Order: sequence, then C-alpha cells, then structure tokens
Amino acid sequence: MELTLNLAIWLPLAGALLIVVLPGGERWARWVALLVSGLALILALLLLFNFHRDLAATDAAWLVPQFSTQVPWITQLGASYSVGLDGLSLPLFVLNALLVFLAVLVSWQTSLRAREYFALVLVLETAVAGVFSSLDLLLFFLFWELELAPMFLLIGIWGGARREYAAMKFILYTVAGSALMLLGILLLYLSGPSHTFDIRVLGGQTYPAAIGAGIWLLLFVGFAVKLPVFPLHTWLPDAHTEAPTAISVLLAGVLLKMGAYGILRMNLGMLPEATRQFSTLLAVLAAVSIVYGALVAMMQTDLKRLIANSSVSHMGYVLLGASALTPIALQGAAFQLVSHGMITGLLFVMVGLVYDRTHTREIPALGGIAKRMPFIATFFVVAGLASLGLPGMAGFAAEFLVFLGAFPVHAIATIAGVATIVLTAGYLLWMLERVFFGPERPEWSHLPDMNRLEALTVGAFVVVIVGLGVYPSILSDILIPTLTPIASRLGG
Amino acid sequence: MSNNAWLIAALPLGAFALIALGARRSPALSAWLTILAIGLGGALSLQVLREIAAGARIEQSMEWLPLGHGLGLTVGFQVDPLTAIMLVVVTSVSLLVQIYSLGYMHGDNGYSRYYAAMSLFTFSMLGLVLANSLLTMYIFWELVGLCSYLLIGHWHERPEASAAAKKAFIVTRLGDFGFLLGILFLYWHAGTLEFRGLEEAAAAGRIPAAALTVGMLLVFCGAVGKSAQFPLHVWLPDAMEGPTPVSALIHAATMVVAGVYLMARTFPLLEHSATAMMVVAVVGGFTAIFAASMGIVANDIKRVLAYSTVSQLGYMIMAIGLGAMSAGMFHLFNHAFFKALLFLCAGSLIHLMDTNDLSAMGGLRRQRPITFIATTIAALSLAGIFPLSGFWSKDEILAAAASTNPLLFAAALATVFLTATYMFRLIFLAFLGNPRGQTHDHPEPLSMTIPLLVLIVPSVASGLLGTALFGNPFGSFLEGRAVTAEVNLPVAGISTAVALAGILLAWVLYGDGRVEASARLAARFQPVHTLLVNRYYMDHLYNGFVARIVLGFGWLSNRIDLSLIDAFVNGIGSTTISAATSMRRMQSGQLQAYAWAFFAGTVALAVVAALPLLMGTR
Repeated sequence: MELTLNLAIWLPLAGALLIVVLPGGERWARWVALLVSGLALILALLLLFNFHRDLAATDAAWLVPQFSTQVPWITQLGASYSVGLDGLSLPLFVLNALLVFLAVLVSWQTSLRAREYFALVLVLETAVAGVFSSLDLLLFFLFWELELAPMFLLIGIWGGARREYAAMKFILYTVAGSALMLLGILLLYLSGPSHTFDIRVLGGQTYPAAIGAGIWLLLFVGFAVKLPVFPLHTWLPDAHTEAPTAISVLLAGVLLKMGAYGILRMNLGMLPEATRQFSTLLAVLAAVSIVYGALVAMMQTDLKRLIANSSVSHMGYVLLGASALTPIALQGAAFQLVSHGMITGLLFVMVGLVYDRTHTREIPALGGIAKRMPFIATFFVVAGLASLGLPGMAGFAAEFLVFLGAFPVHAIATIAGVATIVLTAGYLLWMLERVFFGPERPEWSHLPDMNRLEALTVGAFVVVIVGLGVYPSILSDILIPTLTPIASRLGG
Repeated sequence: MSNNAWLIAALPLGAFALIALGARRSPALSAWLTILAIGLGGALSLQVLREIAAGARIEQSMEWLPLGHGLGLTVGFQVDPLTAIMLVVVTSVSLLVQIYSLGYMHGDNGYSRYYAAMSLFTFSMLGLVLANSLLTMYIFWELVGLCSYLLIGHWHERPEASAAAKKAFIVTRLGDFGFLLGILFLYWHAGTLEFRGLEEAAAAGRIPAAALTVGMLLVFCGAVGKSAQFPLHVWLPDAMEGPTPVSALIHAATMVVAGVYLMARTFPLLEHSATAMMVVAVVGGFTAIFAASMGIVANDIKRVLAYSTVSQLGYMIMAIGLGAMSAGMFHLFNHAFFKALLFLCAGSLIHLMDTNDLSAMGGLRRQRPITFIATTIAALSLAGIFPLSGFWSKDEILAAAASTNPLLFAAALATVFLTATYMFRLIFLAFLGNPRGQTHDHPEPLSMTIPLLVLIVPSVASGLLGTALFGNPFGSFLEGRAVTAEVNLPVAGISTAVALAGILLAWVLYGDGRVEASARLAARFQPVHTLLVNRYYMDHLYNGFVARIVLGFGWLSNRIDLSLIDAFVNGIGSTTISAATSMRRMQSGQLQAYAWAFFAGTVALAVVAALPLLMGTR
C-alpha cells in the first residue's frame, strides 16, 4: 500500500509530463488527463478501503500515519521524503483525487491551449496530494509552493476579463502568507531540542511559551490567507470570479482546504499549548468570517462572487470548529472540509453550466430560466439547499457537529454561527429566485438543458453529498480516531 | 406491524424515488404511484393504531452520528398513541388530497413534479411524526420545510409564488434558529436528544429549572415558525400562492400542525416549567384572536381560510400552554378534517371561477350545491356548533382556559365570535345572492367531489370520539388510561351563543351575498379597517425595517471589502510597482513570461531538492 500512496501522489505529475511530450498532445491531452486522474482516483479509493479505521492515535503518538514511506533526503538538515495518511488527511486526499477527476470532466470542452491546461491541472493534483500526505515540514512547504504556479497560470491564462489582476492578487497574497509560514517553519526547526522537519517529532516537543506563540501566529497567518479568514479574504472573490469553472471547483474544493488542513494539523496538532491561548481569537475570527461572508455574499450580483463569499462564510464554520478544541467540534471542522469541498464544487459547476449557455453571471440579467432548463434548475436548487445546511445532505452533519461541539466553549460565536443559517438561506434562496424563477425572458428561450456528460458529473457530486448527509458515519469513523487524541492534547 | 412502522414513511419515499428516476415521464403513473404508496401507508397506519390501542409501544434507534469517546447521536422512530393518531391523520388527509389533485391539477405542466413533491412531503411528515428524538425530528422538520418551499413555488413562473416560497422558508428558518439552539442547549444539559431520555432527565431534576425554561422556550421558537404563530405568522397567508390542494394538506391539516405536535411531544418537559407554559399559552391565545381579526376583512377566499388556520393553531398552542395537551391534540385531530375540507371546497370554487376573489363570486350554491353543503357543515364545525366535531374540542380548550386564566378565556371567546363571523361572511359572499362573475361551464371531476363527500363524515362526527357519550375514547387512547370527558355546560352554552351571534352578525351584514357591505363597513370603520387590511403592518415591519437593516449591514460589509480592505491591498501593490519602475528595463511586462519563469524556477528548485534523494546521498 505504500507504493499505492506514492503512485497516487506522483502519477498525475508523470501524466502532465506525458501530455507535454506526447506528439499531438493538443488532441489527446484531455484523454490522458482523464485516464491519469481516473487512475489516481482509483488509487486513492484503494487507500480509502484499505485504511484501518480502528488504528487510533494515542496521546503519546499523536499522529499515526498509515501507508507511510520515509526515505532520508537532505540528511544534513534532517529532512526526509516522508509521506503517509491518517484519518484527517485521508479524506482530503481522496477529495482531491475525486475533484480533479470531476474537474477534468467539467473542462472537457476546453480548446484553448488544451495541452498546457490539462498538464497544469495534473501538476496541481500532485502538489495538493503532496500537501495532504507530507509528514515532513520541508516537503510540505515544497508541495505547498508547487501548487502556486499552476494555479497562477490557470487563472492568468484561461481566466475571464480581469484574469491578470486576479492571478496577481492570488499570488501576492499567497506568497506573502507562505513567506510568514516559512519563517514559522524555520523557527520551529531551530527552537526545538532536535533539529528535524519530521512533523511527528516537532509536534511531540514543547517550546518556550513566547516562541511557541510566535511560531503559532506565523503559521496561522500563512494558513489563514488560504482558508481564507477575514480580513485576509479579498483575493478569493476575484480569483473565483476570473477562474474558469473547473479551476473554481478545485480552488474552493481543495485549495482552501490546504489552509484549513494546515491549521488543524500544524497549529492545533503540533502546538497545542499555544493553541489554547489563541482559542478565543480563533472563535472571534470565525464568527466574523461567518457573518461577514454571508452579508457580503448577500449583496453580490455576480453568481460566482456570491458563491465565493459564501465560501468565506462556510469556511468560517471550519475555524469555529477548530476554535472549540473539543473532539466533536474538531470532527465537525474536518467534516465541513469535505462537505464544503463537494457542495461548493457543485455550486461552481452549476454556475458554469448557466454561464456556458447564457454567457452571463449577472443575477439581474438572468431570470425565469427554470422553464427551459428544468434539470439545471433542479440541481442548482439541490446545491443551494445543501449549502444552506438542509438535513439529509453533508453540510448539515458538518454544521451540526460544529455547533454541538463549539456551543459549550464559545457560546456567543456559536449563536452567531447558528443565526447565520437564516442569512444563508436568505441569500441563496433569493439568488435562486432571481436566476431561475419568475416569468421566462425571451432571450433565454432557446437554451438547451444539461447534456448527458454534464448530468453524470453533477450526479456524482450529488451522490457524495447525499451519501455523507444520510450516512455521516462513513466519514466520522475515519475522522474520530485521529482527531480525538489531537483534542485531548488540547485539553478538549 | 408497529415494529416496522418506519415502512409507512418509506412507502411515499419509494414513490418519490420512482417518480424522480423515470416515472415522471408519465404523469398518470406518477400520480397513481403516489396514491398507491400513501393508500398502503394509510392501511398500515390503521393496523398500527389497532396495535397501539391494544397496548403495544415501540421504540427503535440506531447510531447516526458518532461523536467520539463512545458517544453518538441516534436517529430512530417510536410509536405511541400520539404518533399513531398523527399517522392516521397524515395518511388519510394526504390520500384524499392526492385523489382530489387528480382532477384539480389535471393538465398542469408540472403534474409529475407536483406528485413527486407531494410524495416527498408525505414521507417527511410521517418521518417527523415517527421521530423519537429532537434530532430526528429536526431533520424531518427541515425536510417538510423544503417540500413546503417546493410546493408553494410550484407555479414558479409567477413571481408572487416564488417570492412566497422563499418567504415561507426564511421566516420558518428564523424560528428554527431558536429550535436548533434549543437542541444544543438541551443536549448539553441532559446529554441526550431522545425524548425518553430528556423526559427522564427532566423528571429526575437533572436539568436545572432555568435551563429547562430557556431550552423549551428556544424549542418553542421552532413551533412559532412552523405553526405560524405571532410574530412569525406572516408566511402562511402568502403561502396560499401554492396550488389549493397543497394549502389543504400542508398549510392547514398537516405540516403547520408540526409545531403543535412538537409541543405535545415535548409536553413532559414543558410541564416542568410554569414560565415556559405561560409564554406558550399567551402566544397561542394572542395569535388566535389576532389572526381571526384579519380574517374578517380578507377578500381572497384562501387567505380567509389561512388566517383561520393561524387562529386555530393558536388555539391548539394555547391549550398545550394551559396544560390541556390532550384537548389541543383533539382539536388538531378535528381541525385537520374540517379545515382540509374547507380548503378543498375553496379549490372547487377556484376551479370553477379561476379566481380567489370573494367579491367576484356570489350565487355559487346553484352550480356547486355539494360544495355549498360541505362548506357550510365544515364552517359550522369550525365555529363550534353542537354537535359537530369542532364543538367538542373547542369546548375542552375553552373549559381549560375558563378554569385557569380568565384573560385568555375572554380572548378565546372573542375568537369564537370572530371565527363564526368571517366563516359565514365567506359563505354568504361566495354562495348566496346573485352570480357576480364568469364561471366555466364544465362539471366538476368526480375525483374532486368524492374527497369532499368523504371529509364531511369526520367533520361532523370525529368529535364524538372525545365525548363522554362514548366514554372519551380519544382522550383515553392518547393518555393511555381511562379519562372521562365532561362537557362544561356553562362554557358550552356561552360559546355556542357567541358563535351563533357571530353567524347572525355575518347574516345581518352580508346575508344574501351583499358584497357592497364590505365597502360600507370599510368607510365606517376606516382606521380599524386600514389597520386590518394592512395586516397590522407586520409585513411592512419585516420588509421595510428588518430586511432593510440586514441589507444595510450587507451594504456596509461590502463597502468595507471594496473601499477599505481592497483599497489597502491595491495601494500596497501600486506603491510597489511605482517603486519598481526604475528596474523596469529588466522586465518585459508580460505576465505569462513571468509565470513561466516562475514555474520553471519552482521545478528547478524541486529537482534540486529531489537530487539527494535520487542519488542516494546520505
């Protein structure tokens, strides 16, 4: 199984190289991408099915990875090529493989420089897979940086009208964040008794309080940009709005998760003492992001901007779960990562389908299109309902866990979070009403509904969202053994 | 059968799945699948009722959401008398409404979609009724809200319909905000969300008194939203934009009583808090009279009935708050039949006229004699005239109010008067006098007439189940022990007299279909009339005030995003750029060139990093 994991990480990069060198790559690029991302998905699913759910971490060994490989790398520095998955990273690893595969399907009609496009998507897959599976901080950082370039290019070349501004904003924010993160990593490396980048060892050490707090803040800012947390979030609406549909799906579905994963794994996992000091700060930032993101989303007239801002709000629930330090809340935070990845991914796919037909994302310009596109309307409504936390879908299970776990610790922030479910229902249903309902407009009266490929792609999202909503323990059983010891180290 | 009572809910879910997966292509098949599933469910419900009457009690649950440390939240179902009664009410009314819809919705573009949503609704409502924990109930609670949204907005091309659907969902969600907090609150005080566990915790005093009061008041917020109690009643009159059979089933007989059912279900908890009981009773009593007063000026036949529903729900809520839980449930039971009948009668007239406007009707007794008779019987039952069903349950509630709270008794009595007035105003305007509008010339389909005839039976007689004459089988069944019913003769006498006075007033004003009386009265009592037709300006308050405040905050947040944060970020960017102009010659200015260079650099870095590994350097 170790080989499977390594293959799942590196296969997409190999596929990207193949696309670049293949003669006639322009024509075959999408097929290669489909094949490779499909294989990577199968490998990821193999890992999922072979994962030992009952292999719990303990307080002494807070991180117990499975399928792990450790090979010395830069011995002088104590860095090694070390990868493996535990209950927190495995779901995100599978989510990445699934979303990239679906993103390839979503991009099926891409004709502009297809060779480069699909190659970059596959590079992105390897980078993100590496981030989720690295057990060595230096390796983690390299993968983290490797993700930037393809994303920058995918937005900057295949994006909309203001793509260069959006791509530049994305890169500047993230680079600034990762500079601080790198500083934090180096401090971590230098401050402990043993000079190593091994996450397990670093997390097992204690640090002087002031230094621990400093490292915590440096890492947190780097991750918070990615999550994103108010007030570091304004790159996200621009990036989403300009990115092509499939890239928005990946951006919301997996890239934001890297930030959240960093907070859960590095801040909470490695630095429990410092985390306890900052618990209230996290709760405040979470509450502000939740409410503020929803308020801003409500005011948007561009469908993608609306959903991008709703992401700020929904990722705030992840932060709220992290802030409470209890096992229930942590489980909720991790559950919300998977749930938001699927639900927001689906929302962006649906916006893409509307945009492909109408060539506009302006809400006031649309209206009454449910009549010609009943299936698109139905699935958009399903996605909207999932996003507003309707029971029976993944978002409810996640949000309920976050609320249940956070309520006794941060009551006021939780109340703000629960109150926002009304706002969320408000802006989503208002959007659906303006886009789909009301009298049909003549300019949209000739548009086709979904085709079979689109229906298949969208159906896959819905199956996962409803599956997790009806039967959440398939995910919970994986998360709990890993998160419980993290929470108990935090005193939760 | 009771062991497998979940099947009753699963049947319509199966129908929904089949319609969604392909049966939708045939409208007739979709309809009959729905009817078949609900009919079977109804038969099973009667079997369950028999078993429960024989003493069976079932509760089953399974872990749904593991929480770590061996804890977990469960979902499950239970069958006890309260559930059994609701199962029968839901399946029987639903079955009749689905049959009625065969004719009423005939030829509708969204016929299959309509039946799919109706199946999903029936599943959700039955799940709600069967739930054995607050969590399970909340799950189905939200699902019925979804179905209500889908069905109010069935004719989504009409802006009023889609706006009403959205309003219904959001306003009830405002109540659910409290409900959800109540669930969290009770969980952390009792350690469980199962009704049985909560009851035991409350009975053993393990939940502090103040916490129980707060928790139950929060849960009550959910009921206020769902059962359209003041101040969240505003969505229900608008919900009449949905097809009339939907109004009959969801917005009169079943879904809107979910709030009443929730309070009945949690009554063993509520009982321990006098404060919470008081609040519940006052909200219910106030809503009863408040909504009834708006009913007397409405000219839309369905809105009159909607205000009546809000008002009657207030009665039921008040009964529970007064401790007369079984009286409240008895009224729910009777009301489900006669109110469904009233709505189906209204549908019969709308089908005939294509309008909801009472002032355009008139003289319809000739074309629709059966509808006329059915409406009159149901209205008499609603007004509480002896010996029809409404009389018995209303009398129990009034007696409970009379013995505990004179103020609420007065309000309830005034409501009786208003109820009789608005109902007979409706009947006189619609059926008596001369025709004022155009009617279609087609006969009513049998599928619509038969449900009316069937529903007349319980509208007349279901109340007898709660009378001393027959040993009060309803009350004894619900409480699980022999309970005697007494007719409080003075109260019954007073309330009957008041109701007759209300009918008399309606006759004096509107007898023979004198529609012009409305205008005369409006001019005479102008300030009151203005207040009532504007619905006490509650919608103005929400739209003009609450919505504006929320939007104002949204505007402010958006400004902060654009003018503060982004301006700051862009400022940093442009400062850097102007500082870098001197180095410009080094730069080609092409984004892609940078990007590729950047990418190549990263790859090179990665290769360098990977070298030691590849070469096996130690």
